[in-house]
Amino acid sequence: MCEVCGCGDPEIVPVDVHENLLSGNDQRARHNREHLAGHGVLAVNLMGSPGAGKTAMLEATARASGGWRLGGITADLATERDAERLRAAGIPSYGITTGSVCHLDAAIVHEALHHFPWHGLDVLFIENVGNLVCPAIYDLGQAVNVVALSVTEGEDKPLKYPVMFRRADLVLLTKMDLLPHLPGVRVGAIEHALARVMPAPALLPVSATTGEGISGWMEWLAARREKVAPPRA
Amino acid sequence: MHEWSLVQSLLSRVDEEVRKHGAVAVRRLEVSIGELAGVDPALFDSAYELFRMDTLCAEAQLEIRYVPATWVCAQCGARITQGAALWCAACESPARLDAGAEIVLERMELEVP
Repeated sequence: MCEVCGCGDPEIVPVDVHENLLSGNDQRARHNREHLAGHGVLAVNLMGSPGAGKTAMLEATARASGGWRLGGITADLATERDAERLRAAGIPSYGITTGSVCHLDAAIVHEALHHFPWHGLDVLFIENVGNLVCPAIYDLGQAVNVVALSVTEGEDKPLKYPVMFRRADLVLLTKMDLLPHLPGVRVGAIEHALARVMPAPALLPVSATTGEGISGWMEWLAARREKVAPPRA
Repeated sequence: MHEWSLVQSLLSRVDEEVRKHGAVAVRRLEVSIGELAGVDPALFDSAYELFRMDTLCAEAQLEIRYVPATWVCAQCGARITQGAALWCAACESPARLDAGAEIVLERMELEVP
């Protein structure tokens, strides 16, 4: 009640909140991160358009990994085909079918971690839903964000999807073996675009087909893994 | 369509304040959405229109403040020109985002009997 005159009008109370609407997700992501990093697991959030070559990159990673213990969590709206492909490539994997949900969030990943023996892994790949928009804003508890961008997607993708590329620690420029067939695509132009949306841009040209760049990718992963766990004897 | 889940987070956060203050209605909400937040203000608004029905926000006006992206040098703080590389040539340092990534419930007005 209005306390000035007792007229019975409700009081209007202003409340300052200043709170991020993703804070619930961010809190769950911190929890995941503590678990993963605490067990010396490098968690990689792999994002990119549908068809950018995320699964093919992981298959190539498995072929090049030597003795690394790799694991995968894959997400698609329907089917577990990616998880099946990774398992066939030798990466134990858990497939999440998201239904109509266009991205993974920290709670979905947390749930997946309960269904999957991830404790002894060197690297856990979380292959996000193929989408350059929504996955970018959800922290999953990963150590690094990697975006797969295929040469067939054209030169200006980074400029069109700045939110995604801003958060990338590394961009894998995939399907480099197709570049000779794409006269309108120049790697220099992609670098130029990336520098406008990604501070300290890191672009690594790769091909899962020819093996180009895969050793550089493995070195990058090894360096990142050393940051979460000492090198294995 | 992650705008839907963000609006649900908004309404549950509002609900916490409503209970804390014993409010009977919400009059006004103010939300900041950054250019690089990855959230479409129009979709956020239409999701709000849908979800606020039958809640204490039914009569609450949603004000969305759009925050343009501002990049500055991580070393000297100089503003990076829009559309330029995110790099300070003077300091040879990458830029950092100073504003424009937020999805924030700033303030609200509650009706308390």
